[in-house]
Amino acid sequence: MRDYAIMIIQPAAAMVLAPMLLGVINWVKANFAGRRGQPLLQPYYDLWKLLHKSAVYSSTTSWIFKAMPIVCLSAILLVTFIIPLGFGKTILSFNGDLILAAYLLGLIRFFIVIGALDTGSSFEGMGASREVQFSALAEPAFFIAMAAMARQTSSISFSNIFSAITPQMWATNSATLLLVTAAIVIVLLAENSRIPVDDPNTHLELTMIHEVMILDNSGPDFAFLLYSAALKLWIFAAILVGFILPMNVMPWQISIPVSIAAIFVVSILIGIVESCMARLRLVRVPHLLFTAVALAILALIFTFRN
Amino acid sequence: MSRQLISIYNNKSTDIGAVPNLPIDDFRETVINSVNTGRRIAAFFGLPHDNDSLKLIIVLADDHQSILHLASTCVKEKYPSLTPDCPQAHWFEREIAEQFGIRPEGHPWLKPIRFHHSYTNNDVWNRSANETILPCVTDFFRVEGSEIHEVAVGPVHAGIIEPGHFRFQCNGENVLHLEISLGYQHRGIERQMTTAPQNRLIHYMETAAGDTTIGHTMAHCYIFEGLASCSAAARAQVLRGIALELERLANHTGDLGALAGDVGYLPTSSFCGRIRGDFLNMTAILCGNRFGRNFMRPGGTAYDIEKSHIDDLRKRLNAALKDVTNAANCLWSTPSVLGRFEDTGILNKQICSQLGIVGPPARACGFDRDCRYNFPSGIFQFKQMPVATWDSGDVFARAYVRWLEIQHSVAFILDLLDSIPAGNIQNKISAMSPCKIAVSLVEGWRGEICHVAVTDNSGKLARYKIVDPSFHNWMGLAVALRNQQISDFPLCNKSFNLSYCGHDL
Repeated sequence: MRDYAIMIIQPAAAMVLAPMLLGVINWVKANFAGRRGQPLLQPYYDLWKLLHKSAVYSSTTSWIFKAMPIVCLSAILLVTFIIPLGFGKTILSFNGDLILAAYLLGLIRFFIVIGALDTGSSFEGMGASREVQFSALAEPAFFIAMAAMARQTSSISFSNIFSAITPQMWATNSATLLLVTAAIVIVLLAENSRIPVDDPNTHLELTMIHEVMILDNSGPDFAFLLYSAALKLWIFAAILVGFILPMNVMPWQISIPVSIAAIFVVSILIGIVESCMARLRLVRVPHLLFTAVALAILALIFTFRN
Repeated sequence: MSRQLISIYNNKSTDIGAVPNLPIDDFRETVINSVNTGRRIAAFFGLPHDNDSLKLIIVLADDHQSILHLASTCVKEKYPSLTPDCPQAHWFEREIAEQFGIRPEGHPWLKPIRFHHSYTNNDVWNRSANETILPCVTDFFRVEGSEIHEVAVGPVHAGIIEPGHFRFQCNGENVLHLEISLGYQHRGIERQMTTAPQNRLIHYMETAAGDTTIGHTMAHCYIFEGLASCSAAARAQVLRGIALELERLANHTGDLGALAGDVGYLPTSSFCGRIRGDFLNMTAILCGNRFGRNFMRPGGTAYDIEKSHIDDLRKRLNAALKDVTNAANCLWSTPSVLGRFEDTGILNKQICSQLGIVGPPARACGFDRDCRYNFPSGIFQFKQMPVATWDSGDVFARAYVRWLEIQHSVAFILDLLDSIPAGNIQNKISAMSPCKIAVSLVEGWRGEICHVAVTDNSGKLARYKIVDPSFHNWMGLAVALRNQQISDFPLCNKSFNLSYCGHDL
């Protein structure tokens, strides 16, 4: 009974609360800027509004462009069924679900990129080229960081890794955990197109990465993409929280709310980063991502001491 | 050489007949030699002479002697272009070709700049009089190659800005060439100036470039005063100086905020947006309008300032300076911001000089080119304004020059507020003298604003030429972007912050 409750609460919390993360980031940024800011629930209002609009399709696009939002949404929903909150099994938990999750995220990127290229717009082509270039560096960092955690905890599923994090591990292997945390934070910022890699608030097409690839999407299609982006942020924050917090020491009734709170703390930290620094020059972004790769490799090397 | 040029002072007039009329070859040589010795083309325009010829008048500014040199030549149908030997003439010659259908032979890139019908029956591009001319429907420079891609931006932009078309030739993220094509905002102001009722002219000037209302109306008033050989009331001259600097403060502050916004740096972006409003509200204290509409009038100003307003203004200025200091210092102390600003969009000093760039972009290349200092008029003849320069020529320099000017302007206004002379605010202006030419240079916040007016036999305006600083500087932006990342274009663009309507007129 307890396992079923956890299995249902985990994806349900992600689906319901994910857009709120964006609301919290915007709220933090508004506070830093001395503005009142938009309502916390604005992302939900936006989704509701978009769902009630009809989509516009350019005559140059093909079925790929129409399939893209649906593929993105379904793939990201599958990932939410893999990543646990706190500890315990999820519906799709199995040995090796790390790889499936990473590849589903890769599938999303693949479809967004070919959807963008499908429009034939020079802006979207530029965005696609940037996305592919940067993810070619962010993905290795993500994989190596996961490999380090897998070796550290001797397991290859998220639920087992999350359950294996204990205060003792922090005492004996803090180097690995800290390096993985740093690498995942950078990957999180890059994958979710946040400052310093991308600026989600800019209106300048020439500088965008993620936003520019979905310029031509409208109505429910756009709502799907926004919702997928919110879920993606939730997933990366959940992975980060799961890699850090020793959830095993708490009963599940506490570990789930604590995880959710920690995910919102991550979004507050993102808001603070965005309020305090400018985004990097585009040519410098690979340097940041190389750093993430290097940190992850170092973490992996440390795990071989054991 | 001096015999071939007539020298006049800023805001003064001279007889149109006194302007030397040279044969075209002498004219060409004189202009090219002048520019080679450091003078700049402030204005170059056509004046319909008689039925089939056009008088080309050139105004050369000598920054260090504070003197304007004029020369003219008469041409029919075509003349040898100045541009190959004098790149400053590039845009002016295209303008003359478009307005009067006179072909500058040997011009390297002869295209329309505003896309309107010629004022005469001639058309350089053989377009018929009833053909519809659409803006920017023309050839563009193209780089060929399988790895080259072209990016077209505008005229409809994602932000709330004016329309303009930008065509990039890119190799990956690298910009090989940018061509800027404007003309969407062309309203025909120059022609209206000679045909519209006289009491309407000042309103055309207020909207020539809406963010430079004070700058353009000030130049316009000097022209009227120069042609009528009058001067503005002493009290009004001080008020004009205050208004001009308030306009500079509001726009420079807005620019610093927008630059911060373009690199995604939130604090300065938000604060400066608000502080810009504070400065605009100070202009509203002067005349009831935040953009200075209805403030300037030939002979003086339309509004006086009361004692209580002076105190209010002083208080607000001090408060705003404190705020803008905090906001600007956030920029200069944040490494991620400096990392974006420094070495981005460098305008080479030599190219800056060749193109005749004006305003903050020129001062950011180390030139002490500022009309308030080089061609002082009004209150600037009595109180000197320090020229703010920086010499790296990049986005940082253009931003930092703005910050230096903000500090200078606040100090200048505070100084003026303590010593506003008593007296009336508007002198009576007599009628304009016939057959005169007057030139006025005013340092608007964007750079040198040049107005030239010529009167006919009856003392009416025969030609009114407006050169907005943007007219000089758009080419500078295009050149500064070469070999830059295309993603840095918005930042470079904002660091120049040029006017579309001021260019298109």
